[in-house]
Amino acid sequence: MSSATTTATTTISTVGPPSRRNTELALLVFAVVIPCFAYANVGLALSDEMPSGMLGYGVGLGLLAGVGHLVVRKFAPYADPLLLPLATLLNGLGLVLIWRLDQSERLARTAKFQGFTFQASAPNQLLFSAIAIALFVAVLVFLKDHRILQRYTYISMVVALILLVAPIFFPGKNGAKIWIVIPGLGSIQPGEFAKIILAVFFAGYLMVKRDALALASRRFMGLYLPRGRDLGPIIVVWVLSLLILVFETDLGTSLLFFGMFVVMLYVATERTSWIVFGLLMSAGGAAVVGTFEPHVHVRVMAWLHPFDVFTTGQGTEQIAQSLFAFGSGGVFGTGWGQGHSDLISFAANSDFIFATVGEELGLAGTMAMLLVYGLIVERGVRTALAARDPFGKLLAVGLSAAFAIQVFVVAGGVMGLIPMTGMTMPFLAQGGSSVIANWALIAILMKISDTARRPAPAPAPSPDAEMTQVVRP
Amino acid sequence: MSELTLTVMRLGFLAVLWLFVIVAVQVIRSDLFGTRVTQRGSRRGGQDRQPQRGAAAQTAATPPQQRQQSGGRRAKGGGRGAPSKLVVSEGTLAGTTVALQGQTISLGRAHDSTIVLDDDYASSRHARIYPDRDGKWIVEDLGSTNGTYLDRTRLTTPTPIPLGAPIRIGKTVIELRK
Repeated sequence: MSSATTTATTTISTVGPPSRRNTELALLVFAVVIPCFAYANVGLALSDEMPSGMLGYGVGLGLLAGVGHLVVRKFAPYADPLLLPLATLLNGLGLVLIWRLDQSERLARTAKFQGFTFQASAPNQLLFSAIAIALFVAVLVFLKDHRILQRYTYISMVVALILLVAPIFFPGKNGAKIWIVIPGLGSIQPGEFAKIILAVFFAGYLMVKRDALALASRRFMGLYLPRGRDLGPIIVVWVLSLLILVFETDLGTSLLFFGMFVVMLYVATERTSWIVFGLLMSAGGAAVVGTFEPHVHVRVMAWLHPFDVFTTGQGTEQIAQSLFAFGSGGVFGTGWGQGHSDLISFAANSDFIFATVGEELGLAGTMAMLLVYGLIVERGVRTALAARDPFGKLLAVGLSAAFAIQVFVVAGGVMGLIPMTGMTMPFLAQGGSSVIANWALIAILMKISDTARRPAPAPAPSPDAEMTQVVRP
Repeated sequence: MSELTLTVMRLGFLAVLWLFVIVAVQVIRSDLFGTRVTQRGSRRGGQDRQPQRGAAAQTAATPPQQRQQSGGRRAKGGGRGAPSKLVVSEGTLAGTTVALQGQTISLGRAHDSTIVLDDDYASSRHARIYPDRDGKWIVEDLGSTNGTYLDRTRLTTPTPIPLGAPIRIGKTVIELRK
């Protein structure tokens, strides 16, 4: 530590950074051991014996982390040392949580009762994690420089729009149309991928347009008011996100995209007025749609009166059960495997997985998890500060903002702070698209931080060296 | 499984989880607490730890204004007056620093520049800053359209950079600092 504390650090970039890959390796071992501990704990609590899949699971997670680490060593040697261990820890704990809920007899019985065959989700999730790590590796290997993405600014806009619009043409599940169903293969949630692609578009677009958005404005009551025509982009994105809310009836996706755009607009222009406009517009839009659109209205009512279901018998008791779970967890929780969060029944291991954390790990564990998410976001923003090109800065900010907003929207929904949405907790929740997309997001952030922290190339030979030679007779 | 074992495991798990968070924060401690202001000539002995930590906390609250390096570190950067970093002090990239380690630093709008300028007045390959054989840092304009200014004068030939002198390219100002 003494070398680190005496090293003169500036507030912006890490001066003369060692690559810190060994730090990453140590943290990574730690991040694999913690989920193994949790896994053993669940087994001991549920059936008094070490779970049989322990070895396979631990080796599987370790292998994934190891492959990720080796590829980072080779292809992004100067990348941030924290992102990979933090994401690995979350992914590992997510696997344990899903496996723990697989063991619940109550969930199995409910599924049978409703005519489904109950399937364990943990093996699938491990498979998706493997695919996700493969994509992580692919991004690190093939994305030589994040600035290449800048060339695809408008292509990514089109792709993102297609991804966002596509779910409308597929049947909705549980009211929200956020899925593309491929017959025989399963379904994907395109919104998860669209957030990365949209961040690329916003970064490329705002980098070009930001001067017009920042400079041409009048000052009024301490706020810079943009000119009417400069309001164009924000209005377009706002209308789009409202359309998502109306046609896909998903508040989460809508909030995510609008929020990400406003954050990036603010970062690009340094004008607080955009935040004010953004908040007003999203609040106004959500209020109007929440009143008139029936499905969204149901969700808002379930949020405002979660316990009505017990008196009137109408609606879902998921939110109430989730609040009970958090309540019965208390400060230190009930311990792994000893809670009753499976009472949430439907979507207990996807949308509502954070309630299991709340019940079995308590406030202490929930705070630790949120801090881990916070650290990922912090590393992302830090990467943005250190990046030496405007596009990289904006992209890193956009990706971390998307990640942060997603965590806020999901955790807020489960805890009853905002209406419940169809988004998933990154890395924790069961669901392939989410895990895969978020590992890709981490890979891009690591690539940017690798470029930002890499010492500049070796000194070029001075052009005027050895130009004149003294020829002695 | 006995109640006691489970309780120990439950609290043990929380402790391990928090330990991980704390270790992670320790890794980025230098980022979180900003610049350390150490008194000139102070040594990093054990007795100095306490006041320094206080100073670090203080800088976390107020933005760091000035940094003084301890003597041991400066010797590494060459002579006493040798600059150790390049700081962008004005413009859209304000606040960015680049450590000077004997490499050539290119400035311009081109994507592969060391410092990518996002400035209407900058050319794609605008200027470069490099050390000459004596370790003095030289700025050279690479035939840019709008010119590179050292203090108030437009550069025509490669010129040594005095410490702290502003180099202006369009709206961007950079300078060398110790």
